Amino acid sequence: MSYHRITLSVNGSVEQLDVPSQMTLLQALRDKLALTGTKNGCNAGECGACTVLLNGEPVNSCMTLAVECDGASVVTVEGLAGNGELDPIQDAIIDEGGVQCGFCTPGVLISSRALLDRNPHPTEAEIREALVGNLCRCTGYVRIVEAVKQVASSR
Amino acid sequence: MSLNAHPELPEFDYIRPASLMDASRFLAQHAGEARPMLGGTDIFVRMRDGMWHDQYLVDVKNLDGTDKLHFDPQAGLILGAGVNMNRVMVSPEVQTRYPLLADACRSVASYQLRTRATIVGNICNASPAGDTIGACLVLGGVLDVHGVNGYREIPLAGFFLGPGKTILQPGDIVTAIRFPLPPQGNTGVYLKLGRNTWSDLSIVGVTVYGYPDASAASGYRFRIALASVAPVPLIPRDAEAYLSQNPIGRETIRAAANLAAESCSPIDDVRGSAKYRKAMVKNLTRKGLEKVWESVNRKA
Ligand SMILES: Cc1cc2nc3c(=O)[nH]c(=O)nc-3n(C[C@H](O)[C@H](O)[C@H](O)COP(=O)(O)OP(=O)(O)OC[C@H]3O[C@@H](n4cnc5c(N)ncnc54)[C@H](O)[C@@H]3O)c2cc1C
Ligand code: FES
Ligand code: FES
Repeated sequence: MSYHRITLSVNGSVEQLDVPSQMTLLQALRDKLALTGTKNGCNAGECGACTVLLNGEPVNSCMTLAVECDGASVVTVEGLAGNGELDPIQDAIIDEGGVQCGFCTPGVLISSRALLDRNPHPTEAEIREALVGNLCRCTGYVRIVEAVKQVASSR
Repeated sequence: MSLNAHPELPEFDYIRPASLMDASRFLAQHAGEARPMLGGTDIFVRMRDGMWHDQYLVDVKNLDGTDKLHFDPQAGLILGAGVNMNRVMVSPEVQTRYPLLADACRSVASYQLRTRATIVGNICNASPAGDTIGACLVLGGVLDVHGVNGYREIPLAGFFLGPGKTILQPGDIVTAIRFPLPPQGNTGVYLKLGRNTWSDLSIVGVTVYGYPDASAASGYRFRIALASVAPVPLIPRDAEAYLSQNPIGRETIRAAANLAAESCSPIDDVRGSAKYRKAMVKNLTRKGLEKVWESVNRKA
């Protein structure tokens, strides 16, 4: 087993880590950096609870090796709020009641943020398609979709 | 029995070679214990399931610039191995000239998985269910392969040997897939039948592509590829030949769809029975041919 020294930016702060080859980005975030907002639901690319932004694009952090992220920039749910203010999608999901147990929420927020960044005014069909990889066992999705719509129509 | 339904990855060494030649040599020297990796979305699943035990994963993303998507008005489209599926989908050249490729990618998994997953990985994984393989077959894809003796070309149609098996040798790395210029007036569709509308592997997948061709007796050429109905992605040659030889219409399409279904040898599995799969190949091939035929006529 080989170790690798990697440097990556996480939510704007530069981190240097020694990681074994097989360590996923998800493990590095949770176990090395104590950023436990990002969840491990399935560890298999199916549920989306581990979704983070890697160089601005959403990825399943359980399906990405930490060593592959050398030199990259990562944003987790902890990095969405800034200057004491929630991201508009965070406000909207609270407003619409799109959170129950909350386990899917970090991934849902990241996928939604990424959608709104690439397409500020998505249709309902586009919202649903963008969230296909974020499973939620509680809300039935309607309130999550309403939250994204709220942000989409407010700009 | 392990209580952990979702184990972590087993130990391995991640290798990032400096060049394609270094990568090919390393892979050849460690045949059986090293494998090339792009997005890793198939590899990690197999390793966590305990099916693969490779000691080395050799990252071949962007070695010697193999992550480029380039369209040349004379030569056609070249997709570097490291180009992920989302990049394929948003490429204006793909959307206007090879929209079938974008449609096929769109049917795979989820947005965040497609940030990692690649078409070349989908092909090299050689699953009969690979959703982008049909489009690559009907569009006449040719693979660029780098091995210990340098580059060679492999037409995709002769690439697959069985589930997970290809003609690649130890040290071989697919660096790109190339597509010729699309013929005038072409249309393609990918009809994927899954257990839900999005994101599941297919029960069957049917790709149909067609265009006017004066050299065919019928005046048209159709290409068909079938997923999840044989040990390899299947091209029903009898059906294709029938469509080039007989005047195109409802009856010819129906007969060709029957030929396509007869060429399959599906299995029963959790997603569907063999009998159901055959019936669906017949229906979806007919539907696909009708759609393509209508659109090719509209363009003509
Ligand atoms: C949750 C989930 C959902 C999925 N849904 C779908 C789906 O709907 N449809 C579908 O078709 N697939 C699906 N897949 C499977 C997988 O995502 C695709 O097959 C993907 O295209 C693989 O690409 P990759 O770049 O990740 O390949 P990798 O995992 O990196 O590699 C796949 C195989 O190809 C070999 N290989 C990789 N690169 C090369 C190369 N350059 N030269 C030679 N050999 C190489 C590897 O050694 C390995 O055997 C899903 C997977 C997951 C985890
Ligand atoms: S934990 Fe990564 S997709 Fe479920
Ligand atoms: S709120 Fe519980 S899984 Fe989504």
